[in-house]
Amino acid sequence: MPVAVHLPTVLRPHAGGAKTVTAEGSTVGEVLDALAAEFPGLSGQVVSDDGVLHRFVNVYVNDDDVRYLSSLDTPVKDDDEVSILPAVAGGA
Amino acid sequence: MLTLPHDLYEQMVAHCLAGLPDEACGLLGGVDETGEVTACYPTRNAAASAKVYTVDPHDHLRADRDAEAAGNAIIGVFHSHTHTDAYPSPTDVAQAPDPTWHYVLVSLRDTHPVVRSYRIEGTSVAEEPLAVVPR
Repeated sequence: MPVAVHLPTVLRPHAGGAKTVTAEGSTVGEVLDALAAEFPGLSGQVVSDDGVLHRFVNVYVNDDDVRYLSSLDTPVKDDDEVSILPAVAGGA
Repeated sequence: MLTLPHDLYEQMVAHCLAGLPDEACGLLGGVDETGEVTACYPTRNAAASAKVYTVDPHDHLRADRDAEAAGNAIIGVFHSHTHTDAYPSPTDVAQAPDPTWHYVLVSLRDTHPVVRSYRIEGTSVAEEPLAVVPR
């Protein structure tokens, strides 16, 4: 089932400049895999080669950070929205 | 160049002072093309530390949605340095998430806060003019 995925500005050039794209999948991991298959430039940008979420991105299903759900195994359904944002951090 | 209305400048600095002794952080919404800030989003420091900051992911999502709903975008991030200059630390540079963003540093080391804005692309750091304007 198609799910809307909101991309951060830094990843949009890899998806033809689109803010929002759709991808098929029943879990967050499947949706991100489908996205990487359609837009090869996104491959490795969100999920590492080891198959885990990069620490410098946050992924949400609707209002929830998937790290507090089941990470890449978090289920998604029609009308869910997946958002990807950069993790913003630093320090003196 | 970053253009910051005076009331948002004050909101940003007040949030940094209120966060002491920890570092404080927040996001700036505005017009990407012009560097004009139209909204200041104080966020929680999920790291709750005097030395590092992490913008709370839920606060970031809310700010991003609000900025997008206004037809704008998140165009930068601010954070305080409690004991050092208003200059990006090596950690700030290494973790800078987006080369199109503006990186605002608020130093609280001295009696009066010192605020400066930078562009960070890769390992290159360049200060940019910061204009605080009436609204």
